[in-house]
Order: sequence, then C-alpha cells, then structure tokens
Amino acid sequence: MLGLSPADWQAIEVTLRLCLYTTLILLVIATPLAWWLAQGRSRTRVVVQAIVALPLVLPPTVLGFYLLVTLGPHGFVGRTLENMGLEHLAFSFEGILFASVLYSMPFAVQPLCEAFSNLGRRPVEVAGSLGAGALDRFRSVIFPLTRGGFVVAATLTFAHTLGEFGVILMLGGSIPGETKVLSILIYDHTEAMNYAAAHRLSLMLLIFAFITLFIVYSINRRFQVARA
Amino acid sequence: MSFLRMIRWIAACAALLLASTLQASEPVRIAAASDLRYALDEILAVYRQAHPDAAIDVIYGSSGKMTTQIINGAPYDIFFSADIAFPRQLQERGMTVTEPAVYALGRIVLWSNSLDTSQLSLADLTDPRIRRIAIAQPSHAPYGQRAQEALQAAGVWEAVQPKLVFGENIAHTAQMTQSGAAQVGIIALSLARFPDLARHGYTLIDDALHNPLTQGYVVTRRGADKPAALEFAEFMATGPAHEIMRRYGFLMPGEQEP
Repeated sequence: MLGLSPADWQAIEVTLRLCLYTTLILLVIATPLAWWLAQGRSRTRVVVQAIVALPLVLPPTVLGFYLLVTLGPHGFVGRTLENMGLEHLAFSFEGILFASVLYSMPFAVQPLCEAFSNLGRRPVEVAGSLGAGALDRFRSVIFPLTRGGFVVAATLTFAHTLGEFGVILMLGGSIPGETKVLSILIYDHTEAMNYAAAHRLSLMLLIFAFITLFIVYSINRRFQVARA
Repeated sequence: MSFLRMIRWIAACAALLLASTLQASEPVRIAAASDLRYALDEILAVYRQAHPDAAIDVIYGSSGKMTTQIINGAPYDIFFSADIAFPRQLQERGMTVTEPAVYALGRIVLWSNSLDTSQLSLADLTDPRIRRIAIAQPSHAPYGQRAQEALQAAGVWEAVQPKLVFGENIAHTAQMTQSGAAQVGIIALSLARFPDLARHGYTLIDDALHNPLTQGYVVTRRGADKPAALEFAEFMATGPAHEIMRRYGFLMPGEQEP
C-alpha cells in the first residue's frame, strides 16, 4: 500500500501509538501543573518552570543517557521494577513512552500555561462564589475559555513526539513493532542506502508536520481574533 | 564604544579568525568502523609519538553509514571498513584512489556483564531467562550481518528474533550490553578485548558459522593529494601497528588461526 513495506507500516503504527499515548498522558499531567504554574503564588514555581523547560535546551542524548541508566536493570527505576518481579524499562515501548512524556513536557505545559494566565483568576473565583465545585469549575468555566490552548498543547505534543530521534536511539534498541519508530526507520533506511524508502517516509512526515503546524497557527490566530 | 566601532571591531575579529582557519592545513580525517575504536586509538597514539606534528582525526561509525556519508561528500581521506565490500562499492563509484586492501580479519564473540559466557553457546540464547540480546543493525553494520548469519547457521534466528535489540553500530551494541539492559551481546572480539569489557570474559563464535569479516581500507579521492593520509595508511601495515591489532584479537592479512 502506497509503496510502503509491512515493516514501514509497523513503524508508522508504533509511532502513532507512541504519539497518541504521550499526548493523552501529558494532557492529564500538564493541565494541573500548568494551572499551578499560571495561578499559583509559591516560590518553588520558578524552579519547576526551569525543570519543565529543560528538554528544550538539553541535547536528547543527555536525556537518553540518563534515562537508559535510570530505567535499565542497574538503575533506580529499573532495579525497583525488577525487584517487584516486573521487567526493567530500557528497550521497551513503555520505556520510550516514559521518555517521550518527559521530552515533550514543555510543549504541553507552555501553551496551557499561557491560556490559563490569559484567563486570569477572576472567572474561576466568580464561579466558586456561585457554588460551583472544582470539577464543575473546570468543566463549565476553565475548559470552554481555554479550549484553544488545549488544542495547541495536544497538537504540539503529538508533533514533537513524532520528531523524536536521539532519545529513542539511545533507549529504544530499534525493535520492530516495539521501539522502532519512523525517525529511526528513516535513519536505518538512509544508512542502508534505501533512499527510495527513506524519501517516501520522509515526505509523509514532512507533509504531516506542515499540516499540524498549519492547524496550530490557524487556531492561534482565531484565538487572538476572539480576544481582540 | 559606539555602535559603529563595535561593528568594526567584530569584523576585524571575524577576519582574523577566517584567516587563521584558512592558514591551518586541513587535518587528515579517517572514517573507521566502530570495532576499531580502541585498537586504532592506540595505534594513533603510537603514530603521533613518531610524528608529533601529524594532524589526524578519526570518526567512528558503522561501515554502511560511513559509506553513505562518503558517497554524499563527507570529507574523509581514508576509510577503514569492517567489511571490504563497502570500500569496493566506493571503488565502483570511482570515489577511491587505491585498491581496497585487506588490513585485518575480525571475529564475533558472545559477551555479557552478568552471565558467564564461557558456559554459553548460540543455542543457549533461546533460554527464556535471557530476555534481551543485542546485535548491531544488520542492514548497515557488518558485525550485525555476521551475527545474523551465525544465529541463522545455528538454527536459532527465528527463536531469538523477538529478543533482539539493535545497536546503531558495534560500539553502541557493546554499550547496550555493558549497561546490562541487554543481558547478552554479539560484539566484536576487538571490543571484548578492551580492558573495561575484558573483565567479564567472552566466548568466540565459531567462524565457520558466518562469512569472514574481511576488513578492508581504501584512500578516498579526497585523500589523494594528502601525503599524510597515504603515510598513515602505510603505517597500518608495519610491525608496531600489527602488534596492537593482534592484541585486540585481529588476524593480520594472510595469517591463519594460531
């Protein structure tokens, strides 16, 4: 199909699964975190903000190396899992999922942070004084007013995970159907001089990335128009 | 300092930097297969003692990758491949100035940092207690191709396939195994001989199970007018270089197993 081999489709499937899970997990984690960063008044916020932004400046190899050491059988996380009778996380889908959540964190947190800051504290306080519970406040006040921020966070997280390479090269082990994602497969294709296959997959990714960014920017513009 | 003066100052600095880089002669750049990582470093140390002003850089990677890079114009003067087939490919494309020449024969070994490999055979890799086995990527790393051939010849390829993890090159494969994340690795003898790894012992894989790792080198078109490149290539065929290569488990061209 489309001139792609079964191995190519398998990599596409692994990649989409990784991007989808990463996005869902990050939305759950990033929403309360971004709320706290945007609305909180505590001193530790700056520290947390810096930690969240680290993946933006750290080379993926640094993150990959530390994760391999931590998630492997001799590392703190890997050893704990092994002692519980579970498998360590290096060279597994769960391992690269864990890595992707860390690596794409700033792309989920920052758009939400911005949306929550723009919202201000007032609408929520008013809803609270009218007797809305926490969940109700989120559902009927916060979310409708910051929906654009959520869409941007989800799209950017998905797209950024799609482009991950260095971390997964260090931690994944290139296992077909498990950790062999598109970026790794394209790399393997080019190294083995299968340029035709590399071209087909690269072009697909390029088009996909462009559409994604197009969506993000059109939403962002609508957003600004709505506020003006 | 006025803005204009600052601009002038920056321009002067840039001009100086540019002049100095143009004056410095280009170093000899060697592209080498990752199995040479330790042996070649040692040979270079010896060579630099004899030629203190020699400017030589080495870049290690998988032989397939290096070949792709050279085809696409990478500035390498000499290419030491783990498989002579790659230099021959470059020769066919007219990118070389010397005949591809054999400089060593490599071997593959079973290596682990947690298991006693002296008791281990390829057939044992199917044991469910061994969960992850690292080999180099067969599509572009010669040591990975030979590992696959050996596993196929031993009749366990199908059975171990779900356990395989793939290193980008043979040094990366050794690192995966050394981290313990893969319990067993099929790596180059020359890496297993490195002191850090040699502590754990290794088991040679019968070389009847795979095609020989005939390692060949070639001087690229880019290195043709660099006397220093040809000079170093000649040094690789001398006694001191051979001695280091043998210590890392390489057989020299034409030599038989002792």
